[in-house]
Amino acid sequence: MYDFAPFFREIRLMSVNRTDIENIARLARLSLREEEVAGYVETLGNILGMVGQLDRADTRGIEPMAHPLAGLAQRLRADEVTETDRHALYQQNAPRVESGLYIVPKVIE
Amino acid sequence: MSSPLHARGLAALAAGLAKREFSSVELTRHLLGRLEAAQPQLNAMISITGEAALAAAARADGAIAGGKAGPLTGLPIVHKDIFCTEGVRTSCGSRMLDNFVSPYDATVVAKLKAAGTVMLGKTNMDEFAMGSSNETSWYGPVKNPWNTAMVPGGSSGGSAAAVAARLAPAATATDTGGSIRQPAALSGVTGLKPTYGRVSRYGMIAFASSLDQAGVIAASAEDCALLLGAMAGFDPRDSTSVDAPVPDYVAGLAAPTKGLRVGIVKEFFDQGLDAQNEQQLRATFEVFRKLGATLVDVSLPNVGLSVPTYYVVAPAECSSNLARFDGVRFGHRCENPQDLLDLYRRSRGEGFGAEVKRRIMTGTYVLSAGYYDAYYLKAQQVRQLISADFARVFERVDVLAGPTSPTPAFALGAKTADPVTMYLNDIYTIGANLAGVPALSVPCGFVNDLPVGLQLIGPHFSEAKLLAAAHAFQRETDWHTRTPGAWQ
Repeated sequence: MYDFAPFFREIRLMSVNRTDIENIARLARLSLREEEVAGYVETLGNILGMVGQLDRADTRGIEPMAHPLAGLAQRLRADEVTETDRHALYQQNAPRVESGLYIVPKVIE
Repeated sequence: MSSPLHARGLAALAAGLAKREFSSVELTRHLLGRLEAAQPQLNAMISITGEAALAAAARADGAIAGGKAGPLTGLPIVHKDIFCTEGVRTSCGSRMLDNFVSPYDATVVAKLKAAGTVMLGKTNMDEFAMGSSNETSWYGPVKNPWNTAMVPGGSSGGSAAAVAARLAPAATATDTGGSIRQPAALSGVTGLKPTYGRVSRYGMIAFASSLDQAGVIAASAEDCALLLGAMAGFDPRDSTSVDAPVPDYVAGLAAPTKGLRVGIVKEFFDQGLDAQNEQQLRATFEVFRKLGATLVDVSLPNVGLSVPTYYVVAPAECSSNLARFDGVRFGHRCENPQDLLDLYRRSRGEGFGAEVKRRIMTGTYVLSAGYYDAYYLKAQQVRQLISADFARVFERVDVLAGPTSPTPAFALGAKTADPVTMYLNDIYTIGANLAGVPALSVPCGFVNDLPVGLQLIGPHFSEAKLLAAAHAFQRETDWHTRTPGAWQ
């Protein structure tokens, strides 16, 4: 079987606490159950520790990679209407719609 | 005596349809029966679309009778449930989209439909393509047809298992960090991830947009070539689609292997690769040598940093892409939201599974204020180094050869507790995604009665060369024709 031990030896511990997880979950708009938080404290800490291996790469003066195909620029198209109005079809997938509008809880009292 | 229909590949089935040996309706009915029968044991499918398939097959038979058939007319295939299919549920393996009926077809689906293929259904997958074992699916894990106690690999586990068990001759699939090649290796089938931008991503539910690419899984390189030709090409609806002519991949299969320079990547053999697996691979390299190829030892010095690089870039892009699932316009919505924030948080908390939430949070963390330079910027710089390693080595060799996966299929549940151990399944495959280059996996032997794969990686837009090399190998060997005993 494959020996993963050398890989793990290079991993330094990275600590993430409950408050960190709760903050990240709030930023990411995710509700977490109490028991999920403890699990993510451990697994996110492990992942960030593994990611810490990047520190050993010498990246001085290296341009961050912007696109997998070098030299390819983002294409632009002519500013023309290409889509027809299909909102009734699209709204068939919406959880709540009234008079063609998406309904959410009141935001302004 | 001729072989049963399900044992034949796309090319052989196309010949049979052309000779009127059987009809597309007969073929479709036969495979639908196998798909239904296999579902309790393998769980390879999320949806089986029998009625629509038979209607499409009848239309294909009409086209064949009318002399209007193309090379793919009437051939049944299955689509990974990440591709939007008009009027058919497109779940992406998630509770979030369990109720989502796509209002349009992905470009890949539309092209294959226009080519006359018959969709039999949608394959099971890791939720939002995040996984290497197909255990994160909301619809339950897929089982490996070679041994149902084992995983089929992931995230395209349903596509790989369906082809391995000969429930469908070919499947579409996607690959962000190895999701075509790794399940192909673990399930004993052939899978190709094309160059980034070669196949349209329009209508393919996004995970990590700078890495995602659509491709194929089939029983042979020849069948992959046949299907890829119909899928590839420029699409104005995908802003990163590449406007370059699509070569005739089938005609390209005849290219000679003589003189092919095959690079053996030193780093892929450095750390603890299973001895039996290595032995199989060394035997495979000898086949290439016999075919006239030259073996060259090469090095990709930064490829060892692929996994940490990927686990910054992919979660960062995922956290951004999956922000669209907000419980407002489509997808899961929680019951009785107190306010808008509660609606967002509970809809997402309930709709996403544990691994998807983990990646969204990892991405949110690495992109958050104060951490961006240390993580995301650093990872994009290392990605540049890895990509440069590939560019440098392709000045000396035509293709790279090595393992697809560090181990054969592992037991269900064996790696679910520790995400980092799961992530390491993709140590050999992620490099190609980071560099945007094409790569494929072909079956090259067995270890402990489970298939293992040979990975071939080529420079940008070298799909034809990779397929020709794989085809030459498959003419010399019969690993790709082996099928699991229960599914013959």
